[in-house]
Amino acid sequence: MGGFPILSIMLLVPLLGAIACLFLEAKQARLVALVATLIDLALGIALWVNFDIGGAQWQFVERADLFAGFQWAMGIDGISLMLIMLSVFLMPVCIGASWEAIQKRVGEYMAAFLLMEVLMIGTFAAQDIFLFYIFFEAGLIPMYLIIGIWGGTDRIYASYKFFLYTLLGSVLMFIAMLWMVNEAGTSAIPALMEYDFPAGAQTWLWLAFFASFAVKMPMWPVHTWLPAAHVQAPTAGSVILAGVLLKLGGYGFIRFSLPMFPEASVQFMWVIFALSMVAVVVTSLIALVQHDMKKLIAYSSVAHMAIVTVGLFSFNVQGLEGSMIVMLSHGLVSGALFLCVGVIYDRLHTREIDRYGGLSINMPKYAVLFLLFTMASIGLPGTSGFVGEFLSLAGIYQVSSTVAFVCTTGIILGAAYMLYLYARVAYGVQKNEDAAAMPDLNMREMWLLAPIAAVVLWMGVYPESFLAPMRSDIAILDARLARAAPAGDAHLEIGEPAPVTEEAEHGGGH
Amino acid sequence: MNPILIIVFAPLLAAIVAGLGNKALGNVAAKSITTAGLFLSCALSWPIFLDMVFNGGSETVVPVLQWVQSGSMSFDWALRVDALTAVMLVVITTVSALVHLYSWGYMAEDPDQPRFFAYLSLFTFAMLMLVTADNLVQMFFGWEGVGLASYLLIGFWFKKPSASAAAIKAFVVNRVGDLGFMLGIFGTFLVFQTTSIPAILEAAPAMQGVSHITFMGMRLDTMTILCLLLFIGAMGKSAQLGLHTWLPDAMEGPTPVSALIHAATMVTAGVFMVCRLSPMFEAAPVALGVVTFIGAATCLFAATVGTTQWDIKRVIAYSTCSQLGYMFFAAGVGAYGAAMFHLFTHAFFKALLFLGAGSVIHAMHHEQDMRYYGALRKEIPLTFWAMMAGTLAITGVGIYHLGLGFAGFFSKDAIIEVAFASGTQMGLFAFWIGVIAALLTSFYSWRLMFLTFWGKPRWIESEHIQHSVHKTPEEAGEDTTGGYHPHESPLNMLVPLGVLSIGAIAAGYVFKTAFLDEASFWAGSIAYNEHLMHAMHEVPYWVKYSALVVMLLGLSAAIYAYILRKDVPAKVAEQIGPIYRFLFNKWYFDELYNFLFVKPAFWLGRVFWQRGDVGVIDRFGPDGAAWAVSKGAVYAKKVQSGYLYSYALIMLLGLVAAISWVIM
Repeated sequence: MGGFPILSIMLLVPLLGAIACLFLEAKQARLVALVATLIDLALGIALWVNFDIGGAQWQFVERADLFAGFQWAMGIDGISLMLIMLSVFLMPVCIGASWEAIQKRVGEYMAAFLLMEVLMIGTFAAQDIFLFYIFFEAGLIPMYLIIGIWGGTDRIYASYKFFLYTLLGSVLMFIAMLWMVNEAGTSAIPALMEYDFPAGAQTWLWLAFFASFAVKMPMWPVHTWLPAAHVQAPTAGSVILAGVLLKLGGYGFIRFSLPMFPEASVQFMWVIFALSMVAVVVTSLIALVQHDMKKLIAYSSVAHMAIVTVGLFSFNVQGLEGSMIVMLSHGLVSGALFLCVGVIYDRLHTREIDRYGGLSINMPKYAVLFLLFTMASIGLPGTSGFVGEFLSLAGIYQVSSTVAFVCTTGIILGAAYMLYLYARVAYGVQKNEDAAAMPDLNMREMWLLAPIAAVVLWMGVYPESFLAPMRSDIAILDARLARAAPAGDAHLEIGEPAPVTEEAEHGGGH
Repeated sequence: MNPILIIVFAPLLAAIVAGLGNKALGNVAAKSITTAGLFLSCALSWPIFLDMVFNGGSETVVPVLQWVQSGSMSFDWALRVDALTAVMLVVITTVSALVHLYSWGYMAEDPDQPRFFAYLSLFTFAMLMLVTADNLVQMFFGWEGVGLASYLLIGFWFKKPSASAAAIKAFVVNRVGDLGFMLGIFGTFLVFQTTSIPAILEAAPAMQGVSHITFMGMRLDTMTILCLLLFIGAMGKSAQLGLHTWLPDAMEGPTPVSALIHAATMVTAGVFMVCRLSPMFEAAPVALGVVTFIGAATCLFAATVGTTQWDIKRVIAYSTCSQLGYMFFAAGVGAYGAAMFHLFTHAFFKALLFLGAGSVIHAMHHEQDMRYYGALRKEIPLTFWAMMAGTLAITGVGIYHLGLGFAGFFSKDAIIEVAFASGTQMGLFAFWIGVIAALLTSFYSWRLMFLTFWGKPRWIESEHIQHSVHKTPEEAGEDTTGGYHPHESPLNMLVPLGVLSIGAIAAGYVFKTAFLDEASFWAGSIAYNEHLMHAMHEVPYWVKYSALVVMLLGLSAAIYAYILRKDVPAKVAEQIGPIYRFLFNKWYFDELYNFLFVKPAFWLGRVFWQRGDVGVIDRFGPDGAAWAVSKGAVYAKKVQSGYLYSYALIMLLGLVAAISWVIM
């Protein structure tokens, strides 16, 4: 690709699209948004194809000095690449999902989405810590608008809650960043990732970053913005919120907290474990009693993200790679589940689970795809959900079998709440006439769901495509963490094998 | 191309075509494709198995695709074929092919046939992946895959709330077992740094008794804890005591499903797993003791419940549960060959019994309650003879000195004898339990036969039959048939019954030597204890004849209670009231679990949500902050009065504070 600034172009395309959308009518705005996101998807594929696996850590690097020491510094490693792919893949789906559902202020809506794409790609590609900060925080604004303007009846409350929560940590993180740049003498992320901050300072810096990332993640108990935001957001808003915005916290941990503050990460390991264990059990149980489909899936997201955090803080390759796969998988699967909710919401305008039932009869195609995503959410082997969950849990088991045990109970509870949901929606008799009259998926909806289904299976059967680009980056991170990594609680003692006697050889017998 | 690739992937391909084609493809095409796929797999499986029987076992591993590579952990898709796999291959493909064929007749009226056949084939694929696994994770893939298929098939008639609930229950209870299985895999990886089964089995013996590990704060023997965790998985899938509650409910699925999944194949996956990992279990004597105990306990528990049930399928379901217990305690005492042998023969005669029951149900307009059967011997004679073959096999009819008997005679007697021969206390316990369970087996099996095929017709009482003849008992008067005469099932249902009958009669006699006495057949695919198998043949005659004696006792009791003195069962039930109710209500396991787990889960969910999230976090979090801000704004408003002098005062105070801070 040479000096072709592909990352900047990927930002520019949706930005221009967003500006154009502001001035266009509904019909053209939709088309412009779709084309812009598809171009970005194509550019993303080009990015992936040209990414040199096992080559330099940072690729497609761009650097231009701006005013006062600020730098336009872009570049990606495998981790960023995968998250960018997730974003550009979900974006056209979001535009497609809004095609008919959004009828008011379409131009502004499309502009908000395209702006969001700019900011998300920017967040994952930024190589300057302040540039990252700007993208990271600015991403809130379009989401805030999407919920606040195109949301449901309680949208104002939800958008304020969303904003208040997510802003909470930002200030602290910004102060920490200023201190770090001052101390290390650089604002370049790759350099900061290799800088050894004094252990005492790491504690405070880690906490400042944690305040921001824990909310974004979201970790229990700062998760309550998520159900509210999801319930009020339009379908596409939920998809992007669950699909990409929830990955910002995980990305923050893996890009900043872990490599920059390894000692502090180990120091606070048990905080993460404790909150995650609570999250898995508590939010899964809460999901079990929900009557609102979106709330149920939102709570399940909190439980899944807890698997991500324990995986990240298991300080080994399986945990780290597993967490990345859980993030990618959850982005696809929960996005698809929100689309599934959207499909029937568009028909009946209610999220109340009890208003549906027996949809397998009148919507067989829908039932099959919904089942596939349900199973992927449960972590059935062969789907993307399993690979990530399995590796994360295998990683955490090496640190603490107790944490692994508690988190693995999530597979039981997850099966319970998802199958209970599926049974109430797709099984049973058609007790509501209007639900029974709903038509099956149309062509547009098939085009939204089928590609996600294909990728979910691909990632489940041959995850190597997704693991390979990240492998060397995870290895570097693992090596950096090695000096602080905890020993694990297994204390395996192999012992000398007993001498083989006649008796032992014949076993039981008489 | 290696035949195993076709054996495994033909059913998958057929399932995809039939499933995605569904209604567009049409019933006949979907059924033909899936059934042809299975017969192809079956035809390719038998030569592999027979070759090993006659020429000794061999081992091949066919790599398929890389799966996961993460640090030091890596596992791939691969198909492993050795003697143990070969046994499972013929069991799975044969029963599955016959069940496919049988379903042509059984499901003929169903509007959703392509979906049904696609699920059946999908199940077969997952089961084949399970038994051909070369690493623990692929085994887990198959494990969960069959769980999915089982979920789909139990819930096949999803309009019935009971079917939908049973499907969820099956999946979730199995997940409890899977929790153990997953932790077992993690632990095994931690200890051996691999998930490859051959590598683990090679390294395991050296660990016996000398290695320790901490698990959840407890310092334990490494092999014991690993094997116990894995065994919890086996308990879930094979419906062993404690995790068995899903199996009887699984009878909500169509009967061919019960025959294939909940009798012959999926539920035996746990036994297969223990046998596959037998060198590992051999290195953990304590775990083997637990396996023996749980197996024996299940064997007895399920048999006691089986004697009291009225639903024909539930009787057979509890019977399956009980027979699985036999297999487990055989494995527990170290006779993996005997466990696999019983798995093999059981697959034939239990599938036969289920399909036979299906034929009865088919003839009786989906009436499953045996109280409304009776005298069907003359109405559906072919089904009767097939069921008879199955019953003779399960009760273990045969004579030791002649060396002749039905399939179950060879395998079940081998298990009872080997438990005695093992000489351990646990083995002896299992022996006595096994003998008592054999008595009960004989009783409930013959009870089923007598209630169904002997006596007078009682079906006018049945609502299902009343619907078809439009008569109530009063109108029918003396004629308890109500003018309804059941019809024998069509040929496509009778042929599978015939084939399985041959298996139920002959499978034991033909293959006993290979399974029990030939280390060369197993060729290292299981831990084969020659010493123990030799000791098995040397047990005293009273042990060898004990199973036959109790079988006759059970038969006599059944004849007495259900043919000669039909008032006896009710009287006995009344006399032992509480015990009868305890058994009839399946030892109250469902009620207990409902009370201990299901209700508290929902209650906790509501508490965490309303009290936790809404009542505490939101109240003191964002809502609290919003409240504080709006209150604060009231005071702030007072400060911002607009009067210059108050601003000046505040400025002055600030200045003083700032200066004093700098000076100090």
